[in-house]
Parts: sequence; structure tokens; C-alpha cells
Amino acid sequence: MSRLQVVSGKGGTGKTTVAAALALALATEGKRTLLVEVEGRQGIAQLFETEALPYEERKIAVAQGGGEVYALAIDPELALLDYLQMFYKLGGAGRALKKLGAIDFATTVAPGLRDVLLTGKACEAVRRKDKAGRFIYDYVVMDAPPTGRITRFLNVNDEVAGLAKIGPIHNQAQAVMRVLKSEETAVHLVTLLEEMPVQETADGIAELRAARLPVGRVIVNMVRPEMLDAADLDLVRTVPRTAVAQSLSAAGLGGARRGGKAEQLVNPLLAQAAEYAERHALEHEQRAVLAELDLPRHELPLLAEGMDLAGLYELANELREQGMS
Amino acid sequence: MTPDPDPVQEPAQDGTRRLAHAPALDVDPLLDDPKTRIVVCCGSGGVGKTTTAAALGLRAAERGRKVVVLTIDPARRLAQSMGIDSLDNVPRKVKGTEGGGELHAMMLDMKRTFDEVVEAHADAERAAAILANPFYQSLSAGFAGTQEYMAMEKLGQLRARDEWDLIIVDTPPSRSALDFLDAPKRLGSFLDGKLIRLLTAPAKLGGRAGMAFLNVGMSMMTGTLGKLLGGQLLKDVQTFVAAMDTTFGGFRTRADATYKLLQAPGTAFLVVAAPERDALREAAYFVERLAAEDMPLVGLVLNRVHGSGADRLSAERALAAAENLETAYAETAENLEEPRIVDQGGGKAGLRNSPDTYGSSESPAPAPSGSRPDESPSSRPEDMTDESPSSDDPDRTVDQLTAGLLRLHAERMQLLSREQRTRDRFTARHPEVAVVEVAALPGDVHDLTGLRDIGDRLAAGRPELP
Repeated sequence: MSRLQVVSGKGGTGKTTVAAALALALATEGKRTLLVEVEGRQGIAQLFETEALPYEERKIAVAQGGGEVYALAIDPELALLDYLQMFYKLGGAGRALKKLGAIDFATTVAPGLRDVLLTGKACEAVRRKDKAGRFIYDYVVMDAPPTGRITRFLNVNDEVAGLAKIGPIHNQAQAVMRVLKSEETAVHLVTLLEEMPVQETADGIAELRAARLPVGRVIVNMVRPEMLDAADLDLVRTVPRTAVAQSLSAAGLGGARRGGKAEQLVNPLLAQAAEYAERHALEHEQRAVLAELDLPRHELPLLAEGMDLAGLYELANELREQGMS
Repeated sequence: MTPDPDPVQEPAQDGTRRLAHAPALDVDPLLDDPKTRIVVCCGSGGVGKTTTAAALGLRAAERGRKVVVLTIDPARRLAQSMGIDSLDNVPRKVKGTEGGGELHAMMLDMKRTFDEVVEAHADAERAAAILANPFYQSLSAGFAGTQEYMAMEKLGQLRARDEWDLIIVDTPPSRSALDFLDAPKRLGSFLDGKLIRLLTAPAKLGGRAGMAFLNVGMSMMTGTLGKLLGGQLLKDVQTFVAAMDTTFGGFRTRADATYKLLQAPGTAFLVVAAPERDALREAAYFVERLAAEDMPLVGLVLNRVHGSGADRLSAERALAAAENLETAYAETAENLEEPRIVDQGGGKAGLRNSPDTYGSSESPAPAPSGSRPDESPSSRPEDMTDESPSSDDPDRTVDQLTAGLLRLHAERMQLLSREQRTRDRFTARHPEVAVVEVAALPGDVHDLTGLRDIGDRLAAGRPELP
């Protein structure tokens, strides 16, 4: 099991939720995980229903069997100052650089430096050990940028190592790349059973593979329950409307005669069934596309009540049962 | 945060779910108004922003305007539907549109756009030097902020050409939806700022005695930077900056001009969202930010809204009714275990009918399965043993299907109420924002017909009820 679990996915697929559920799932039996946010959205704080996370590793949840989930929202600017202080004892210079706008430059404009800092900080957490030589975190889960940018994001250190051919940045970039391209890392992609996210997942995997980044699993999120089976779907096309009206009426929903309350429900209900059938067929096609990717695949249910803390634990259980942790 | 409305409240009888205080956004007058010159579609990722931009573009063109749609990163099939699947950074006329106008579409090529800026503003030799600089090559290929900057640069270029009545622009899938507002300023202030002067200082200040002290400070600083970045990279940065600096004469001026263009009358911002918590939270943030920047917001496009033609039937009632059917079926199955005389009596339809008793004004709960049949319109008469649940009994299968239809409906109604709550939260926070809802489609858009359909839905302003 890789110690750095990177979770990406198209916008709107719920990658932050999946990353959080995975961090919870991996934190069972006394394990400790760190959930890392890199895009400054404070999505983790919202999911765990806590106040906004500072740039500080902070315990946000307890998992089954005494495991712990820590969270960190990486602020690139503070990460840079941190880094200057840690490696060069440049605390004062850092402030001077900030005044000049150099920190701003480094974290927002300079090619890739921001991403270097974000990936660098995550890799530092992966490698960090206590005095006894044990890893501080058993796993680090990263809520990463979306699929469209993930390869570039993870590969930025390669590019930087090419730009800064010598010096500490070069060395740091290479050290990060060694972690990211090793078996220590797994990049998972979250998708929905819809055309665009599935297509983007397939494209993203091809890009990751081309960059020799380790692709982990595909997680299909928000899978809707099967409401009508194949026999039902066949019957929907042929069933006499009067028969459905009678059945509705028998269920206590009003009169089955023309214009009766039960009869008025028939058309809209059948229209919803037809829509369901169409979606069902599309989902079936998309599952087939995903199957061709030849990767382990997990499915998480759509939570009828919407996402909340209880739902998060439910998804974590689901991932655990499916052997993702 | 306002308290949630009662989730079980029945929708209004006429099926509308619009809140009285949320004004409706009417897109046709906006698209038809010759004074509307730029429409910016913004919002978080995965909400259908690009599709909305394309659908609005097509609609405006078919209503007679000459339109160009600038997309940033369209899904392949959407791009194909407009015939722009090859990326060449030039607007191409879209074939197959109807009506008097014209639709052009293009996909942003960041690197190409950046190169064009350099080529347009530098003499050939200098341009070649910049284009060959490794730092420039990385910057232009799309690192932090470049995409946003170039999208706005392209918008400025298209506007300056004045070939189109209306430009519709999609915004990049940024880490924050606001990056396209901030990035140009950041890049501009960087290129005009102190740091640049510092980086280019050795060349400019060299030799001036009065500046010696300053120079020492600066070389210390560049020393630090050199230590961090590595000497070669710093040199690349310095060369790049010097070349840009002397050629451009104020990047910030350009950034400011673009920014002013966005504030100008004739520009309209549309925030696009889906009725989901995160997307609407981002939308609310965006609305506030646009107001703070004096950017003209015209409204919210809420994509993927679900409706139901049977929304008078609540989720609870539908589930209870489904259970009735299933319980009755299970009971008859049990009874069938023991041999008994099957009543062949007629009048089945009459027996299966129940009076018209449901409706929002009446007691919503169907009878629980234990209640006495004479009081319960919904439980089945005891003697209906002709409902024998053999596999070839059509009623049994129809009942099973009907139970399935009712459960499907209950799921839909739960979704509706969740969407409504999420939306109400937004509307409570921003009652002034006009909203248009677009019904969810089962599949993706593949052609102009699909885009046209979305355009119709945008203009109709209410989800078409299935």
C-alpha cells in the first residue's frame, strides 16, 4: 500500500470527499493519516464541519479503532517561508523577500514554484520520522488539483529540475520526483458515470502513464442505486397505462379513471422511468469504458441525504469494505 | 446561514418551485441587446460552464447576432459539435447554424497567444530571444496564472478587432474561480514591480556611484535568489525580464486595460452553478467578489436542475404507496401457501380503485399496513385473491413495476427537495441575483441540436417537466 495517496478527478466529481473518506478509511486500527489540501478551498474544513484550517497539522477526526486523521491546508507562501527557514535559516531574508514581492512572485507567478512547494510539503510529510525512526504518518492523502492539471502538477519538479540545473531547488525537485515516481505513491482518479468525467479520466490516466507517474485506482463516486431492473425496464415500454393507473389506485393514490388522481400520475411516472432507462443505458456504456482502463475500480453510493459528516464515515466504511485501505 | 426550509413541505399546487423573491433571469433580451458586447461565464469546475457559453453563443447567433465564443478547455465532443476540435487559436465559423447571424468559435492556445503578444510588441530579434528563453518557455506553456492571463489577453484582442457584435467567453478551470480576475493583475504588478527592478538592477544601476549602497543590498538579494534558484535560472529570469521589460513598456497597462474592459458597460457576467452545495457556495463567493470589483453581474445560471411532472406526490407518500403494493403482494403470496378457492369474481378494476383522497390539502399519510381495511382506502380488500403472484400474472408484475416507479419518484422528490434547499440558501444570501434554471439532461451534448436545446431551456427559464 503506497504511503502517499493522491486523489484527483474532474471538477464536480467529489474528489475532496473521496480524499477525506480515504484518509478516514486508512486511519483504522491506530493508524495515523494526514489529509492534505493544496488548492486553498478549505473544502476539508467544510466536510469535517470544523473552522477553516490554518497552515498547521491539526487533528480533525478519530477513526474506528483509535486511528487519527490530521489535516493540513498548505499555504504556498507560508510553505516557502517555512522552507527558507528550515533549509537555509533565512527567516529574516524571507521577510525582506516578501516585502519586495518576491514571495508573491515565487508562489503565484513563477513557473511552477507554487506547485513545487505544494508537492514538496506533501513529500516532506511522507518522509518525516520521529526520534525512534518511525514514520510520523502512516499515510498521507492529498486532495490534489483536478484531472486536467494533475500530471503537470505532479511532474512540475521534473520541469523545475530542468530549469534550475543546479542548486538547492534542483536537488529538492529531484528528491520530490523520486517519491512521486516510486511505489510510495499512487494517484487515484475520481469520476462519475457520465461521459465527460469518464473521458477525462481516460485521458488523465494516459497522461499519467506517459509521464511514468504511478496510477492507482478509479473511484466511481455518487453511484445511484438501481431502482428498476431489466424486467421492469422492458415492461415500462409495453405496459398499458390503465394497468399502471389501477395499480397506483390500489396503492392508495386516488382514482384510476381518466382524470383521476392516480391516472394523472401515470404519464409523469412513466416519463421518469424512461429518463431513468436512458441514464441507466449511458451508465452501462460508461462502466464499459472504465473497464477497458484495466485498473482496480471502486464504487461509492450517492448519499440520498447529501454529504455530511455521517455520510463521510459511511463512505470510509465502504472503501474499507471494498479493500481500498 | 439561514435555517433550512421545512424539507417536507409540499410544493405549490401549480408545480412551480420558484421563490417569490428570486427574480427570473431572461437571457434573450440580454443576448439581443446590441449594447451587450461581452458575456463572461464563470463558476467552479464541472458545472457546465463551457456548455452554457456555447449554447448562449449559438442562441445569440441564431437570433441574428455575429458572435464569437472563446472556450478555454472544452470537452472533446463539445468542441467537435462546434467544429473546433483542432486547436489553432483562430476563430472559425461554425457551420450549420440557422437564422441571420453568425457563430464563430475558438479554443484558447495559451502558448500561441503569449507568443503572439511577444511577436506583436518586440522587433524580430528581441522576440526570437524571448521565445528561446527557457524561463519564458515554461511560463508560456501554462504555469500558474498564465492561462488566466492569456484568456483575458485574447478577450482584449477579440474586442479590439471589433469584428463581432458579441463575444462570449468561458473562464479557465482554475483552482479558484477568481484567478482570471487576479492573475493579470499579479503578472502585471510583478512585471512592473520592485522585484523586476531588482532583478534587472545590476545591468541598469551599474556604475552609478550614488546608488552604491543600494546596489550592495540588491546584490545580496540577488545572491540569495541565486542561491535558491540556481545561478542559471536566475540568469534566465533576468534575461527574460529585461527583454520583456524593455519591449512591453508596461505589462500592467495591458492588465489594467483588460480589467477595465470587464467593468465597462456592455460586459455582462453570468455565474454558472449546479444545485449542489459546493458549486453554489463558490457561486455566492463569486457574486460577492464581482460586486466588490464593480463587475456587472447579470445573473446566475443554475444548470442540471431536476423537476418532476408529478411533484404533487411527495416522497413520503410515494414510498408508503410502494410499500402498500409490496406488502399486499407479500400477503397474497403468504396466503397462497395454503390451498384455497380462488375467487374468480369480476369487478376487478373497481376493487382496485381507491377514491381520490390524496392531495396536499388532505392528510398525507396513507394507512399503515395494520389498519382496518374498511377505513383505509389504500389497503387492498381481503378477497382479492385473484392477485395470485404467479410469474405470469400481469397485475403482479405491473404492481411490482408500479412500486418501482413510486420508489424512483420518491428518489426524485428527495433530490428535488435537496436541490431546493441548496438553492434557497443561495437565494437567501443573494436575493438580488436573477436566476435561470436549466433542466438536467440525461446525457452530454454532442451536436448543435443539443446546444440549441440547452439554449431553449436557458431561455424558457424553467426546467421542462418530464
